[in-house]
Parts: sequence; structure tokens; C-alpha cells
Amino acid sequence: MSFVEEPVVRLENLSFWYSGEPALRDVNLEIPRHAITVVFGPAGSGKTTLLRIINRLTDLAPDGRIAGRALLNGQDIHDPSVDVVDLRRRVGMVFALPLPLPGTIRYNVTYGPKLAGVRNRATLDEIVERSLTQAALWDEVKDRLDDPATALSGGQQQRLCIARSLALTPEVLLLDEPTSGLDPISTSRVEESLYLLREEYSIVIVPHSVQQASRVADYAAFLLSGELVEAGPGEAMFSNPQDQRTEDYIVGRFG
Amino acid sequence: MIDRHLTERIGFAVLFLATLLVVVPIFVVIGVVVVRGLPAISWEFLTAPPRNGMTEGGIFPALVGTIVLTLGTAVASIPLAVGGAIYLAEYATDSWLTRSIRLAIVNLAGVPSVVYGLFGLGLFVLFLQMGTSILAGSLTLAIMTLPVIISSAEEALRAVPVEFRTVSASLGGTRWQGIWRIVLPQAMPGVVTGVLLGLLRAAGETAPILFTVVAFFLPTLPHSPFDQTMALPYHLYVVSTQVPGMPPEIQFGTALVLMGLVLSMNVAATLVRRRFRSRRQW
Repeated sequence: MSFVEEPVVRLENLSFWYSGEPALRDVNLEIPRHAITVVFGPAGSGKTTLLRIINRLTDLAPDGRIAGRALLNGQDIHDPSVDVVDLRRRVGMVFALPLPLPGTIRYNVTYGPKLAGVRNRATLDEIVERSLTQAALWDEVKDRLDDPATALSGGQQQRLCIARSLALTPEVLLLDEPTSGLDPISTSRVEESLYLLREEYSIVIVPHSVQQASRVADYAAFLLSGELVEAGPGEAMFSNPQDQRTEDYIVGRFG
Repeated sequence: MIDRHLTERIGFAVLFLATLLVVVPIFVVIGVVVVRGLPAISWEFLTAPPRNGMTEGGIFPALVGTIVLTLGTAVASIPLAVGGAIYLAEYATDSWLTRSIRLAIVNLAGVPSVVYGLFGLGLFVLFLQMGTSILAGSLTLAIMTLPVIISSAEEALRAVPVEFRTVSASLGGTRWQGIWRIVLPQAMPGVVTGVLLGLLRAAGETAPILFTVVAFFLPTLPHSPFDQTMALPYHLYVVSTQVPGMPPEIQFGTALVLMGLVLSMNVAATLVRRRFRSRRQW
């Protein structure tokens, strides 16, 4: 995607290995700002790894090795001068299963800001309302913020996890199959909130189906066995893919 | 051909009898101690020192001594054991050093308590010149308790789902923040259970305190950590074998008090565990 001006994230010749096994091979990808970028492909093609590199969760993997660069706003995120904790506040992540922290709804949303040093009660309340509104959950929980998060349904919990990441006003929001455990109604609610969110945030999402990918993608990137096969505007990708492998996957000849 | 339903019934009956074989003696022991010891229990028994060659009076100094020693053991062992468990569960990589540490802990749990007593005598009483004292006794009991607490605490920490740590990291938390704010509080019930079980063992052991702290007869209460004290397990030995003409109620009464102390800690540990199960959020 060489026509992306001023990408928020750029991956240059990025390769990654787990215990010697290659997960990503020489990936070159630009992620545009204020758009939804979809990274799709069959299982095991490295999509989750790609996402986790951007917020350096891969640092937690004991036997990972990286080559190449990942740049956030032009800065190499693996540079020793980069504070990884600060990076993870600027790049938020929502995981495949709803993972509420053990505690109340309010506790979940304020966890990140409190770690960042926000103490003022009024500020925290504002953050809670803003984040839950942006995650399209505020109306449903505004009267029970002190209920345990586990009392919510699966779809609500996942939107809570989105609100939790948004509480830190990240620049980039990474979502790894966020709707894979949800029913269709919850899924469409999450997708709708993503359309609204892209005005403020840059979104990278691993979809759980090709259909979801084609629904939400402004830009799309197809990963196969760790290799970036092609990338480009979403509508073009799904109606007229350039590479035969992309077409085969989209159509369902394999996957 | 043997009817397989009959076989099953016979099998269950055998297993049931085996269970009875284990459970009944426990109740018999408890029953005998309660029946023969209850007559001795009185307010005086619990609050007065022994008199008249210990054939009359109470067991107050021994009771206080055991409580003080248990508290001392708790203070000495909990920070070390919980810290060690956190290190092993959260920070340690799989190296030969870590494996040696785990091997050492497992072996520590199997060392006979009299060996701990000798070790405490050599290190704390003599070499570090603490003398026979509550300090030496507590430290000896603490070392004996460490493996129990470390094992329980480490298991409790590992039981906390790894996802919590990942989520904490993704929200800008350092590893320690995640442990301190989420993992350790979630593991607390398991840690508390381990602590209570370790401490009740320490409360009931005779050999480690034999060489390091305990006094045959000391009616006054201890004033400082360097004092000696009486203690229930040793006092039970004394009244049961060392004093001719000891009324049996005193012997069984002492046993009943010691048993009650240990049993109540056990019950507390069970209650903690049960309450945790019902309130778990993962």
C-alpha cells in the first residue's frame, strides 16, 4: 500500500519467529490513519503475531525473535529509548474472548487510567462515561457501573473491553477477532461502533470471517503463512483481488 | 458368570469399608480425647499457670507460648514464602538454578522435624547466639513452614488465568503492577489456606521447639523475644510422661486444647477455601 500518505503504523521487512518457527516473513505494510484496516487470512498465517508486535505484547513471549522494523508515527517501537508501557497506552488491544478483569464495570474501565496516574475522581468519571459511550455500552450500564463485570452478557463484556482500551485514548486500536464469541446482534453492534470510532482512532482488526472483513474494511491486507500477499483498498480487494491466492481464499476454495 | 451388578455392589462395599477404616479411628481418637479431657477444661485451666508440680492449675503459659510461637512463625515465614512463591510463579525462567530451587523446596518438606530442631539449635541458638529463645524457635519453625506455604502459594498464583496478566500489560501495566493489583489478590484465598495449613503444623510440632525455645516449667509469661517459654506440644509430653501421679484429666485436657487449636485453624482454612470457590470470578 504505497499510496497511503502518512501511515500511522509502518512495518518494514518485518519477520518474526517463535522458537525458530517463522510466523511472519518479510512483511511490508502501511496502516493508514483514521480508517479500519483489516488483516485477514487463514488460521496460522501470522495475523495475531502481526497485531501483537505493534503493541509489543510479543515481548512477553519467551522465545520470540524479530527482524526488521515496526514504526509508530515514524518512530521505531523497538528502539531502546521507547517506554514499552507508554507504547501500550498509545496502542490498545482487544482480544478474541471477552476478558473482563475481576471487578466492577467501573474498575475495568478505570484500570488503565489509574495505572497512568489519573487520580481525580471527576476525571475518572468523565473517562468512564466517554469510553463506554464510544463503545456503545453507556446506555446499558450507566446505572450499574458498580456491578461486577461478569454480570454482563458476552457481547456487553466485549464492548466493555473495547471501552477499557479506549479509556487511554490510544492512537491505534488493535482488535483480534473481537466478535468471534458473539452472537450476530452483538457482532453488528460492535461493527457499528467501529465505524464511529475510526474518526478518532486508527483501527486494525483481524476479522473472524471473510464476510466481516468485506463489511468493515476501508483497507485490507491478506496474510498467508506469514507472508503478505497483497494489500489495498477494501472494496477493490474483495471485488477484484489481484492475486490468485487472495481470490481463492475469499471465494472459499481453501481456508 | 458373575452378575456385573453384584460385582459393582461388592466393589462399592469394599471401598466404603476402606473409607470407614480410615475415618473411624480419627473419630475414636477425637472422641476419647474429648470425653476424657472435657472434665478438666475450665476457666482456671485455660488462664492459670500449673501448680503443685503441675498436677494442679492450668496450662496458660503453654497456651500463650504456642500462640506466640505461631505468630512469630507467621511473621518470619509469610513474607519470605509469599515472596518466593511470587518469584517462582511469575519471574523465574526455566534454568538449572530454578530447578535446583524447586528441588530444594520439595526436599525441605520431607526433612524430619527433629532435624529442623537440631539445625535450629546449631544455627540460631548457638552460632547466632540467640540462646534458647522465642526468636530461635520461631525462626526454626518458620524454615520448617516455608515449603508448605511456598507450594500452596505458587499453585494459587499459577491458577490465576494468564489472561489477566496479558490484559494488564495491554493496558499499560508493568509486570509487577499486574501481579500486585490483580494476580496476588486473586490468589489470596489459596495463599491464606496454605498459610493456615502451614501454621497449624508449626503449632503442633514438638521436636523443633525442643532444642530451641521450650522450657520445662516457666509459669511467668515471656517478656521479650529472647525469653524461653512453655509450649503446648512439649507440655503435653511433660504431663504425660515426666511427672508421676499426674491426673489423667490434665493430660487429656492439654491434648484437647492443643487439638482444638489445630482443628480450628484447619476449619478456618476450609472455610476460606469454600468461600473463595463460591465468589470466584473466573
